[in-house]
Amino acid sequence: MDFHDIKLLSPEISMGALGIIIILLDMITNRKGVLATVSVVGLAVPLSLSLYLCGLVDSDSEGKLSGVYGTVLIDQFSLFFKFFILGTLALVILSSTDYLSKLGRLRGEYHALLIFSAAGMMLLPAVTDLISIYIAIELTALPLAALIAIRRDSHSTEAGIKFLLLSAMSSAVLLYGMALIYGFTGSTEIEVIIERIAYLSTGSGPFGERVILLAVVLIVAGIGFKISVAPFQMWVPDVYEGAPTPITSYLSVASKAAGFAIMLRIFYMAFGDIRIDWASLFAILSAVSMTVGNLAAVIQTNIKRMLAYSTVAHAGFLLMGLAAVGTQADLFETPMGPGSVLFYLVAYAVTNLAAFFVIIAVVNSTRSNMIRNFAGMGQRAPVLAIILSISMISLLGIPPTVGFMGKLYIFSAAINSGLTWLVICGVLNSVVSAYYYLRVIRTMYMLEPESDTSIQIGIPPRMAIGIVGIGILVLGIIPSTVMNAAEKAVIVFF
Amino acid sequence: MTEMMAWSIFLLPLFAFIFISLVIRPFLNGYDRVSGYVAIVAVAIGFVLSIQSVLEVWNNHGKIVWPSHSWITVGSLELSVGILMDPLTAIMLVVVSGVSLMVLIYSQGYMHGDPGYSRYFAYISLFTASMIGLVLAGNIIQIYFFWELVGLCSYLLIGFWFHKPSAIAAAKKAFLVTRLGDFGFLLAILYLFANGGEIFAANASEFTGAGMSGSVFDISSVNFAAKSGFFAGSIATLVALGIFAGAVGKSAQFPLHVWLPDAMEGPTPVSALIHAATMVVAGIFLVARFFPLFEVSSTAMSFVAITGGVTALFAASMGLVMYDIKRVLAYSTVSQLGFMMLALGIGAYGPAIFHLFTHAFFKALLFLGSGSVNHATGTFDMRYMGGLKKHMPWTYYTFLIGSLSIAGIFPLAGFWSKDEIIAASLHHPDAIQIVVAIMALVAAFMTAFYMFRALFMTFHGEFRGGIAAEPDSGADSHDVHLEESPAVMVLPMVILAIPAIVAGFLFNPVIDGGIGSIPQYWFSKMLNMVDHVYVKGHPIDFFAASISSIIAVSGIGLAYLIYIRKSVNTSTIIDGEFSYMTGPVYKLIFRKYFFDELYEGKITIALFYNGVARLIDWCDRNIVDRIGNVIGFFGRNSGKVVTTLETGQVQIYGVGMSVGIVSILIVFVVWG
Repeated sequence: MDFHDIKLLSPEISMGALGIIIILLDMITNRKGVLATVSVVGLAVPLSLSLYLCGLVDSDSEGKLSGVYGTVLIDQFSLFFKFFILGTLALVILSSTDYLSKLGRLRGEYHALLIFSAAGMMLLPAVTDLISIYIAIELTALPLAALIAIRRDSHSTEAGIKFLLLSAMSSAVLLYGMALIYGFTGSTEIEVIIERIAYLSTGSGPFGERVILLAVVLIVAGIGFKISVAPFQMWVPDVYEGAPTPITSYLSVASKAAGFAIMLRIFYMAFGDIRIDWASLFAILSAVSMTVGNLAAVIQTNIKRMLAYSTVAHAGFLLMGLAAVGTQADLFETPMGPGSVLFYLVAYAVTNLAAFFVIIAVVNSTRSNMIRNFAGMGQRAPVLAIILSISMISLLGIPPTVGFMGKLYIFSAAINSGLTWLVICGVLNSVVSAYYYLRVIRTMYMLEPESDTSIQIGIPPRMAIGIVGIGILVLGIIPSTVMNAAEKAVIVFF
Repeated sequence: MTEMMAWSIFLLPLFAFIFISLVIRPFLNGYDRVSGYVAIVAVAIGFVLSIQSVLEVWNNHGKIVWPSHSWITVGSLELSVGILMDPLTAIMLVVVSGVSLMVLIYSQGYMHGDPGYSRYFAYISLFTASMIGLVLAGNIIQIYFFWELVGLCSYLLIGFWFHKPSAIAAAKKAFLVTRLGDFGFLLAILYLFANGGEIFAANASEFTGAGMSGSVFDISSVNFAAKSGFFAGSIATLVALGIFAGAVGKSAQFPLHVWLPDAMEGPTPVSALIHAATMVVAGIFLVARFFPLFEVSSTAMSFVAITGGVTALFAASMGLVMYDIKRVLAYSTVSQLGFMMLALGIGAYGPAIFHLFTHAFFKALLFLGSGSVNHATGTFDMRYMGGLKKHMPWTYYTFLIGSLSIAGIFPLAGFWSKDEIIAASLHHPDAIQIVVAIMALVAAFMTAFYMFRALFMTFHGEFRGGIAAEPDSGADSHDVHLEESPAVMVLPMVILAIPAIVAGFLFNPVIDGGIGSIPQYWFSKMLNMVDHVYVKGHPIDFFAASISSIIAVSGIGLAYLIYIRKSVNTSTIIDGEFSYMTGPVYKLIFRKYFFDELYEGKITIALFYNGVARLIDWCDRNIVDRIGNVIGFFGRNSGKVVTTLETGQVQIYGVGMSVGIVSILIVFVVWG
């Protein structure tokens, strides 16, 4: 491990250092409010290091830097996710300041664990070795389990244990898949796996290409758990409901993005050549996921559970982009599919964070996650109600919000790949989802408030809500910057 | 002139709208007047920039090319945003921002004390911004967007006094009737997109050669394609007719003219804006914008000419008998728009735009004058006016200038532009042009008559009591203040009177060598700079000029005989019957040819409500709802099925995952 390797890992290393500083600071100071400030300001270090790497990648002739014995690859793709995760993390920390005032002693741990987990997520898209992928996934998941349980009441603890157990099971499944890959190809490095698979798919390997089938399915199942795709979604509602709401928002956005990043990395880089039709597998999972998520969301009365099923449905939409590998004529030659996934992730992040941030603020006052308790929010908290309405409209995918642009992009990618049936399924699902998204808006504006006290909200959450609320509209009207960044990021696969 | 300056003509009123709605209305209660100032400053800067853009376009010999900016690129669909700055755009900018500026200044007096003062200025700012956005638009998507926004704004402003049921009805009517036309426009866009793609792709190199983007949505490219003959068969005709349908709705052409007279329910300055510079001229502008496309299709051109001629004649006849001064002006607008359409239809592009230009000033002036009269008398009904000349001299003389101008009296602005149209229709006689020339001459006679009828009834003779004399008005003499309007209202009228007199000299067919720095035929030379447009400046046609002058003077003379000399018995003016019109004909015209009854009674109620709507209702209840109920039932219950597995038991979840893996494997082994 030389200086070059340290340079490549410097954003993650600085994140680790920041987490440790937070823990130390927590021990010596009594003014716990300062922890959030230090965390957010401290994120400037990994941010500037990522920008520095960005400059290096831009000036590199191949546009990628590889190091740490070939296990780490810094390119536009991994940098895109570094910025994505950093942005999400900063917003979540800002939004949770009010919430944390009731968490008492554990505020230091809260911030440190969030930062450790984010370090794992930043690392995940940048590693190209199956072992490192596994380690990054665990680095992401273990702090999350502790964070989910951090409220230490029965709900939160139960959710934490469930997450831990099922996460362990999914890791086992994933490891089994990786082990099979290693068994067939003799390597854990994606670069080597690519070559061996190309050899296997000529049919001259010992078992032919069929042998990789089991490995592919197991890897999809293992990562499918992280990105909450049906039929691996059953943990989602319980954990989303039990976890502290800021953690739920983080889980739904950052964790999902990291999962999709590694999915793209493995399938587009390593499995592009195998003739197992994983694209159809994703298409079927996509249809199942959005249907299951939407149908179950319709009957929910708890807004966090509703958004949990909604996240399953959106995982289905995202898989549609993963399935859009092009038609026979231009197979793996169009960046639209993966590009649309990246754009949709940003769209979903901005939108879902807005929804959750408003819910955090409201629930902090009303102490209830029930949708009916949002009655009359149009009068009690007009600004929050407008932002929650905009985010519901964006989740539903109506212009001029970013959700519409995301769906437009991902649907076009699917159409271009000949997946018309899937797009029809997606549109029908959007119609179904109108029922439960619009119901929230209806509750806020058409039902009488149960009290007329206004909602108190601190300055940092206001900032977070303002940023994402404006972001939904700005990106919905001028999406080209992010779209270009997304397409530039996935160009490494082609 | 940078592109940013052109954008700011559009952005300034938009920001004024945002600022008034988001800052002044919620936070600065009691500082309503600031809304007016903000809007006026924004539009005034825009006006200065508009003048500058005319000069720049002139100095640059035509078009200033700014490449458009990519907005969204999704696969093969590429949408961009850009400005098309050509002579037409520049001239329209001056019209829109100039009239809007006068209206805003005037409104400070007219809307004084109205509880919706800030809201009013917010809407007007948005209206102006939308119209400027429409004029600047470089591609069809942009045009359509602002086209609809203009429609929305006129809906908001016509229904501004939303506590009045008649205002709400008028707003709805305006919105729905114009939507009918918009549907045609939308179909034209979709048709062009569906059929144009291949044509444009096949000729890509020619577009690049001409410096065009070659996008099927790009206006310059579409016009270039039309001119180069890329559109085979009926494509150009169908697209042109679809676009024309949109224009018929917005410009209140026959048979979609019915909304415009009702649109009088809005505040009077809004009428001035709608009639002179924004809503209704949008239709003329749209046809002019795609003029090369229309020129390709003689069917479309004849259709435009005949529609324009019928409208001009038909609306003018209704203007003869109205008592409401604003309705007279409204029918006058419809009729003048018909003139412009007629001119476009016979290929007289330059005269049409020139008439649009001059009409904007004198029509705005006349509407502001009618608002001023209303300010004093409290009514719009001319039967209760009269004798206002001595009380309101400023209003009288500016109104007189406007009336002379619209009647086409030498040497006022209206004379030159109307003469150009009549000359053009007399010039190349074929069957259609002879028909439309006669229509135009008859309409010109009626115009002179009804305008002076309005002038004499309003300003001459004895005062007949104003709103207080009106039955069922509930008003008394305190509501009538016979005095000149405040300076803030008079000033815009005086300013508008200037172009109503002199704007005609911009065309200048007479003085060789030009007037001052304005060369001969400046207006047509300006429009002619962009080669795709057929405009030619020709010297004044004394034959056409004398015919139209004789017609105008005789129209005024007839009005004088009837209303001043009382040569014809009009003792029953107040009671509402005119003896010079025999009963049935009079009734037919006065009831607007029963178009409202036809649309509302026969088409809307009998056909749509009782026929189509009932059928759809039945289908909805018995087919759609049933399907919906089944899906809903399925949705609710399958939701329950999905969630029954959510027992909270972590073992079940683990089993679920395993079953999922196994089923995927089975699917793969069986089908893979």
